[in-house]
Amino acid sequence: MLEIERLCTHFFTSRGVAPAVDNVTITIPPKSIVGVVGESGCGKSVTALSVLRLVSSPGRIVSGSIRLDGEELLTKSGPAMRAIRGDRISMIFQEPMTSLNPVYTVGRQVSEAITLHTNAARGEARGRTVEMFRAVGIPEPERRFKSYPHQLSGGLRQRVMIAMAMACRPEVLIADEPTTALDVTTEAQILHLMKELETAFGTSIMLITHNLGLVAEMCDYVYVMYAGRIMEQADVFELFDNALHPYTTGLLGAIPRPGGERRRLFNIEGMVPSLLDLPKGCRFSPRCGRAISRCHEEEPELRGVCRGHAVRCFLYKNESGAAR
Amino acid sequence: MLKFILKRILISVPVLIGVALVLFVLLNVVPGDPVTLMMGEHIKPNLIAMFRERMHLDDPVLIRFGRYILNALRGDFGVSYKDQREVSDLIAMAFPHTVKLTFYAVLVSWMIGIPSGIAAAVKQNTFIDRAFMGFSLMGVSLPVFWAGLLAQYVFAYKLAWLPTTGYYSFRYYIMPSVVLGWSSAGTVARLTRSNLLESLRNDFIRTARAKGLSESAVVVGHALKNALIPVVTVMALQVANLLGGAVMTESVFGIPGLGRIAVKAIADRDMPMLQGTVLFTTAIVIAGNLAADIVYAFLDPRISVEAG
Ligand SMILES: Nc1ncnc2c1ncn2[C@@H]1O[C@H](COP(=O)(O)OP(=O)(O)O)[C@@H](O)[C@H]1O
Ligand code: SF4
Ligand SMILES: [Mg+2]
Repeated sequence: MLEIERLCTHFFTSRGVAPAVDNVTITIPPKSIVGVVGESGCGKSVTALSVLRLVSSPGRIVSGSIRLDGEELLTKSGPAMRAIRGDRISMIFQEPMTSLNPVYTVGRQVSEAITLHTNAARGEARGRTVEMFRAVGIPEPERRFKSYPHQLSGGLRQRVMIAMAMACRPEVLIADEPTTALDVTTEAQILHLMKELETAFGTSIMLITHNLGLVAEMCDYVYVMYAGRIMEQADVFELFDNALHPYTTGLLGAIPRPGGERRRLFNIEGMVPSLLDLPKGCRFSPRCGRAISRCHEEEPELRGVCRGHAVRCFLYKNESGAAR
Repeated sequence: MLKFILKRILISVPVLIGVALVLFVLLNVVPGDPVTLMMGEHIKPNLIAMFRERMHLDDPVLIRFGRYILNALRGDFGVSYKDQREVSDLIAMAFPHTVKLTFYAVLVSWMIGIPSGIAAAVKQNTFIDRAFMGFSLMGVSLPVFWAGLLAQYVFAYKLAWLPTTGYYSFRYYIMPSVVLGWSSAGTVARLTRSNLLESLRNDFIRTARAKGLSESAVVVGHALKNALIPVVTVMALQVANLLGGAVMTESVFGIPGLGRIAVKAIADRDMPMLQGTVLFTTAIVIAGNLAADIVYAFLDPRISVEAG
């Protein structure tokens, strides 16, 4: 179980402080797939990197709490934190083309994770890597062990990344847009594989994406993020049946339909605001078609509307979930 | 890989011939009659004619060039005007000294440059960065002859730790190698630093950190190899630079290497000697480039595929 509570990660740039992650609370229960969706630049990757404490300068975790099975990660020492990375929490990234080191074989890069976190000898780590390659559906795993990244397709590289991430059977896998760079067929295969691994290994997955269609297929629970804030969160069925936040409904309107042409991913008017110059009031107000005068004055709280469903919008006041 | 190497060797052939041609033309337009140069001002005219005949100096230019190329290919650069000895023998005697000096100097430049570059990159924009880079770059800005004389004054004359000039044992090579190596350590350091910083910005560095590797394992194990590959290539340019610097260093420290004989050939206007040393040095620089390319291809698994 991974609990992110009231996390604030800010970037201290020369032009001011950018609150890339602002008071974000996300819970990843055991054996579940939790989606985090939002347009690009809304703080998804920074949230993920914060969990591993890999946010690089000028970014810094300012406050909050991140707990793995109740253990606080933010106060852990460097070596203690390193023991967790890649072993109990691991991460795969959007760019399979550049996420592997070009000068080492993929086998070596995966077995490195195994020798680092277990006391397996080289030969044993090698065997486990080949086994892992087989588990993630890499054909001819023995031969592929000796391949360099540039000799593999994007899909295979992402499988290697997944093999690396799953090599130590982590409790939590953070997948940051794992299929964005892949074609549709490969995307489907990779998602299928992740779902299988979740069942087989009991690993929880935090699936970061800007594609709500993918969330519908994969996730149990969803957080919708915008400009560093959680705007809405709900059970996946609840969200698709009863999306409340104008931003969420905007995102839902933009889902590409199977068979139909791929439409622009987001058909919400306007652009994500600069974090250095956030609008007064609701962060979505400049783009919101339903904004009322109050929206430009104060920022709404994230409040529960019914069981497991919360929304940050003035249009929804109480547990009834009814619009004003 | 073999194909790649062969291809690179073939590319070098026209370069060498081009250099030989330029040299030949340049040295043939230099004023002064070789026989007078060789025998002194007061030689009798009939002797001049005899020597010109014997040295085929009156043959058509093209024939002389052809002969010169063919001879050079067999390692025959003619006879020195001054010493009356085979140029190739003189080069063969001088070359080992230069090789030794350059080799030690390359080692010194790496020993100073690479660790400085790493320290500077890891501690980017701190005092440590500036101190290491300042130290390495100082060598670039000090002229070799000046640094050489200063070193001799301090370490040989004042402290009497090392011999001043000569070439009789390793001790004699310490000062010249450090002076010469330091002069190119700055380049190595700057390159190591910038490549390492760039390498550390790669996505695969994030992957390595996410794996749980320590910062030093990330730098040394994942960033450094990528960063040093281009540094190796610069080694070729460095060899060219060092050969240039070796001329000065050899003069200051009394080492009878290629630089010394080239300087002497210029002073004596000894054309075969000069042609021979310059052509030979060019071949060495080209061989250095070739070696660097091969090492590069060996280090970077992506290269061999492109050369396919
Ligand atoms: N290195 C950085 N310097 C300054 N700001 C940054 C940096 N990295 C991220 N940010 C800020 O954090 C915001 C969120 O980034 P990110 O989490 O990568 O978005 P995404 O949701 O697309 O993954 C960006 O819009 C940017 O303002
Ligand atoms: S609070 Fe106002 S501006 Fe913000 S989403 Fe709701 S209606 Fe739109
Ligand atoms: Mg991102």
